Amino acid sequence: MSAIQYRPGKEPHPKEHRVVFKNVDRADWDTSLKTYESEGGYDQLKKALGMEPKTITEEVKAAGLRGRGGAGFPAGMKWSFLPPNNDKPVYLICNADESEPGTFKDRYIIHQDPHQLIEGMAIACFATGARLAYIYIREEFPEGAQILEKAIAEAHKAGYLGKNIQGSGFDLEIYVHRGAGAYICGEETGLIESLEGKRPYPRIKPPYFPAAMGLYLCPTIVNNVETLCHVKHILEIGSEAWAKTGTPNNTGTRILCVSGDVKKPGYYEVQVGKVTMGELINDMCGGLKEGRELKAVIPGGSSAKVLRADEVFTVGRGDGARELTIWDIPMDFDTLAACGSMAGSGGVIVIDDSRSISWVLNNINNFYAHESCGQCTPCREGSLWMKKITDRVVAGKASPSDIDTLDSVARNIDGRTICAFGEAASWPTESFVEKFRDELVADTKPELEDDFLNAEALTAAANLR
Amino acid sequence: MSFAVPSDLEKEIDDRITHYPVSKRSAVLPVLHALQHHFGYIEEAAVEWAAAKLELEPIQVLEVVTFYPGFRQSAPGKCHIRVCRTLSCAMAGSYELMDKLCEKTGIDRSGVTHHDPIAVSADGKFSIEFAECLASCGTGPVCLVNDDFHEAVSDVDGLLSQYQ
Repeated sequence: MSAIQYRPGKEPHPKEHRVVFKNVDRADWDTSLKTYESEGGYDQLKKALGMEPKTITEEVKAAGLRGRGGAGFPAGMKWSFLPPNNDKPVYLICNADESEPGTFKDRYIIHQDPHQLIEGMAIACFATGARLAYIYIREEFPEGAQILEKAIAEAHKAGYLGKNIQGSGFDLEIYVHRGAGAYICGEETGLIESLEGKRPYPRIKPPYFPAAMGLYLCPTIVNNVETLCHVKHILEIGSEAWAKTGTPNNTGTRILCVSGDVKKPGYYEVQVGKVTMGELINDMCGGLKEGRELKAVIPGGSSAKVLRADEVFTVGRGDGARELTIWDIPMDFDTLAACGSMAGSGGVIVIDDSRSISWVLNNINNFYAHESCGQCTPCREGSLWMKKITDRVVAGKASPSDIDTLDSVARNIDGRTICAFGEAASWPTESFVEKFRDELVADTKPELEDDFLNAEALTAAANLR
Repeated sequence: MSFAVPSDLEKEIDDRITHYPVSKRSAVLPVLHALQHHFGYIEEAAVEWAAAKLELEPIQVLEVVTFYPGFRQSAPGKCHIRVCRTLSCAMAGSYELMDKLCEKTGIDRSGVTHHDPIAVSADGKFSIEFAECLASCGTGPVCLVNDDFHEAVSDVDGLLSQYQ
């Protein structure tokens, strides 16, 4: 096979290891079935149809594939939560609601390699016994929805979907379902409610996994786009070879999306844990902008706790304990968790010393205040109060004790809500206050401390949108 | 005054409903998308029509319309612009982009609120609103004009000239 030609200026960085993104930005690639089939497309589905479904689940488990959507939960284990001796229909949903700020990977898979996703889904459906599957795609990807529908129609016509696929007796229909602009639909039980035609209020846990009770109260598997694509590659090279990429317990490759203050923002598929934050920012992204210094990094989408540029992180225990600077952190699930943050959805937001921390936090708080579904009081009220307080900080109308109030509001949301949105909304504030308190306080006015009935401040607070 | 759904649109909607063999109610979002795409927004009569179509109470449709930012209850301009407001785009200049777009289209956003986020130009040609993260953080600032996606927007005149 001749070397892949990428579009000029879009070549992968030498430190990348392209698997799921192999066909993204290729000069000699399009979204047609013909092109996909010309390089072994749907061969893995054909292979899967000759396997025992349980064997496929075991392969995915053995590979150690962890969910790429945010929580990093092992995908094979999620599948194995399907109740044994189940007599209800099983559904599979691909979560293509990609809406965590800083994350922009699924967009390119959907737009440039839709059949890879469809093949991954079909294999996952065969393994889990699902005969009906939906791709829940965010409404803001109208072109992506069209591309997927076209690809599904093509796959249907060629006998990769529909009745009696490839003569195996296995039936599967996949439909595209468009969301309508709500971040909360990325939460899997909120997504299911939305797919049932309701407001996307996340469901009370337990049951913790929709595998027990999901769509139409039937066993349901919800996986991220990138996760489902990996299923195809695990089958292709086998779980053992697949798990050799990446690092132990953080196997495989994942797509890191870098945005903010770097010279070359973009997407980089790397072996999990084989690239450090320093290599990612300085080598792959071309470093910070001229004359700028690093201030902070949000490593896993905007709800991940912020890392301060001059922090020293102690990871590991006992003799294995070691100290890391922000530059040394390997980009994997476990180390980022040990550093007090998370790998999340792979969205890395880089913040340099030209940015006001108050402004950054306020922008994030605006997002969560807008996106809270309103079901739980601490989150509905608290996210709005956090926004109002940082609105005041940015406007120069806050007092130093407002920062304590801000922190207290955040800590009263965290852990007190039905879904993880409560944490997502409060972790930015908690971590920014913890790590950048001085800078936030510097933007407040001590003379406003005793002036809490200041008419101007109250009016501003009431009118701020 | 009278609300009528053309037969080809109804056929498209009926086809969409077949994608949900277990529950018609699941088709609320696709039905609303089809109606909004055709009429520009979801008026009260459209809510009642969708409810009748799906054998639901109108409130079951209305509560969906009012929840999701993707549905509008008033008419937008001929070209509806959604500018990404969230962090990476804001760092790349999306607030400045919003200001420039408003200036060039003559849109006044001073009356905009959380529940009424869309501002329309006096001639009805353009409307604009901020959207939360459009998932293209590496190429900010980005916006959607109707269904067209535009990234790394710097030439506002060039962008708007495509929609004159």
